[in-house]
Amino acid sequence: MKVIDMYDAPHTGRTVTSNDIKISARNVNVFYGDNHAIKDVSVDIEDKMVTAFIGPSGCGKSTFLRCLNRMNDTIESSRIEGTICIDDEDIYDRRVDPVQLRAKVGMVFQKPNPFPKSIYDNVAYGPKIHGMARNKAELDEIVEKALRRGAIWDEVKDRLHAPGTGLSGGQQQRLCIARAVATEPEVLLMDEPCSALDPIATAQVEELIDELRQDYSVVIVTHSMQQAARVSQKTAFFHLGNLVEYGETGKIFTNPEDSRTEAYITGRIG
Amino acid sequence: MPVLWLVLIVATLALGGFFAGRRRALSDAGGDHRRLHSLPAYYGWNAALKVAVPAAGVLTVWLLAQPLVVGLVVVGDLPQDVVTEGSSMDLVMSEVRRTVSGLEGAVAAGVMSPEEARSPLLDAQRISEALREAGQIVSGQLPQPVISAAQQMRQLDNAGDWLMSGAALAAALAGLLWALRETGAAFRARNAVENGLRAVLVAAASLAVLTTLGIVLSLIFNTVEFFRIYPASEFFGSLTWSPSFGGRSELGIWPLLWGTLYISLIALIVAVPIGLFAAIYLSEYASRRVRSVVKPLLEVLAGIPTIVYGLFALLTVGPLLMEVFGNEGLGWMRSGTAVMTAGLVMGIMLIPFVSSLSDDIINAVPQSLRDGSYGLGATQSETIRKVILPAALPGIVGAILLATSRAIGETMIVVLGAGAAARLSLNPFDAMTTITAKIVSQLTGDADFSSPEALVAFALGMTLFVITLALNIVALVVVRKYREQYE
Repeated sequence: MKVIDMYDAPHTGRTVTSNDIKISARNVNVFYGDNHAIKDVSVDIEDKMVTAFIGPSGCGKSTFLRCLNRMNDTIESSRIEGTICIDDEDIYDRRVDPVQLRAKVGMVFQKPNPFPKSIYDNVAYGPKIHGMARNKAELDEIVEKALRRGAIWDEVKDRLHAPGTGLSGGQQQRLCIARAVATEPEVLLMDEPCSALDPIATAQVEELIDELRQDYSVVIVTHSMQQAARVSQKTAFFHLGNLVEYGETGKIFTNPEDSRTEAYITGRIG
Repeated sequence: MPVLWLVLIVATLALGGFFAGRRRALSDAGGDHRRLHSLPAYYGWNAALKVAVPAAGVLTVWLLAQPLVVGLVVVGDLPQDVVTEGSSMDLVMSEVRRTVSGLEGAVAAGVMSPEEARSPLLDAQRISEALREAGQIVSGQLPQPVISAAQQMRQLDNAGDWLMSGAALAAALAGLLWALRETGAAFRARNAVENGLRAVLVAAASLAVLTTLGIVLSLIFNTVEFFRIYPASEFFGSLTWSPSFGGRSELGIWPLLWGTLYISLIALIVAVPIGLFAAIYLSEYASRRVRSVVKPLLEVLAGIPTIVYGLFALLTVGPLLMEVFGNEGLGWMRSGTAVMTAGLVMGIMLIPFVSSLSDDIINAVPQSLRDGSYGLGATQSETIRKVILPAALPGIVGAILLATSRAIGETMIVVLGAGAAARLSLNPFDAMTTITAKIVSQLTGDADFSSPEALVAFALGMTLFVITLALNIVALVVVRKYREQYE
């Protein structure tokens, strides 16, 4: 397997013990002011796989997701304890630049949020600020590759300079995925990416997520248990800030160990 | 009957109508309000509205129409020869009105009996005497036709007042009867009140619009009047502004327009960057605590009366600039009042205006766009420069245009800070003046209101109005376009 440097600090050279572990979190606690949002969560997320976080509203699954690329840093009152390592490097280490980290851990949000710019500029935004292209031709190539990766190239190739906000909801969300992919992340975080989409657009995005699994480690937060069952290989169930159960998706949905998990997937809590 | 009394009577009738309507509805329902269509108070409000609204309508229309009608009648009865050389019907009529108010004053002061004021034997001498006794101002000898016209006008006004009282009271009573007749358990008073309230709101809105219209019309009429006696080609073509009340004045707008634009430009150069940066700091970087202190403080600047800014310009900024650029320093500036002084101070005045509007606009940019940008690994300033400002740009442009129209309309700072010399110059340390400041100076003093030197104020005002209106429209269009963007 390949270990990719996440930041420019010298690599300590320790090899990954488990071949497939991409992200490993240990004893993570998150506080918003006095509110204890995440309680002692430890989890290992595997590479080239889709991991789903499920749980009732306010259970902390989105909060935990936002810890993985340090998006919680932008919230003034938040405080985090514990360690989160990506490829065995602590992302909360002082040497890590959170801005650089976020380029390597892409994020797709609940509501499609294309910038009020052209489709091309939306995708080129990340590569441009990170100086990934030497010239216009290279940038064009990156944009095309990302749009193809986002399964939206055929729909927009003739109107790359039309505003991204003019696309339909599903197209906008795939554009946002293409935008996240353009910076060549290693991990893709998705915070309820289909909750604002209709069933057809949802199906397209789910198909895309399945394809993305070949190159990225994908972590998806979802409210829809069917969606978790359809797209993910591993599922984590959060309840009241605790990670209740984590395992193979098939096992969680057919034979959960914890009674709370069973109650949730059968619709008795949540 | 004085209008105040009339209003009080109508109000009393409305109050009575309220209780009568409510009681009638309740008694119709046998005292059980659950059998009524609406809550009992609605029947009361229905009756009160039906008393007050028609009466108020009659009163308003009558008060507006009566002077017009009476004036027309009196003008029709005046012999043509009272209009002498160098005068006009308007001047004669204003003399008539002055005489009327003089007579009213004399009667009220008791130096002239009401009968005498009406008597056809009344002559100019007696009026002058009476007015002097009553402590009123007496102009020259009044011609007899003016006196008769004044008497006629008094009579007509008097009759009109009585008719008006009658009509208003009749309308109120008719409304009362109408309301009481329709009141019953099944009557939908709630809906009727809804309609009545709508009528009241529509009336308030139309009053505001009509007032604006009136102001604009008076501007237009006076401007037309000005262009009748002064050539428009001179006004828009001449580069000199030198009014002289002795006649032969040159009234070219360009020096004033140039002064206005120059001072506004300097003000914007000061206000836009500072205001915008302050807005960015407040909305993106400042912690909540800092923001809660700084934002109100900035907005306090907006509440300072502009005359205070004017004093600041005259007493602080002007002398300060003189020290650097004046004869002691660089020698570019001859006196403390200059375009630069007024522009700087006006810029300070506009800072809170720009920052407060821009702050709202930047805050309106959805958080999701910021998240999207941070999520791609952009820093805060990259996010602001590349995502937030472009997204907010139309709104910010709108804010700047609104600030510009404020700058163009500002008067006091210019009067105190920029001097009074109308001149076309590129040197920002020269004294210049603006359209607004010249409007003030043309209309204060003993100017004859029919001379071009006074009427030019209306043409200047009209020009100003057109400029600011155009700016406001552009700003509104831009802001509206911006609003649609995220929906």
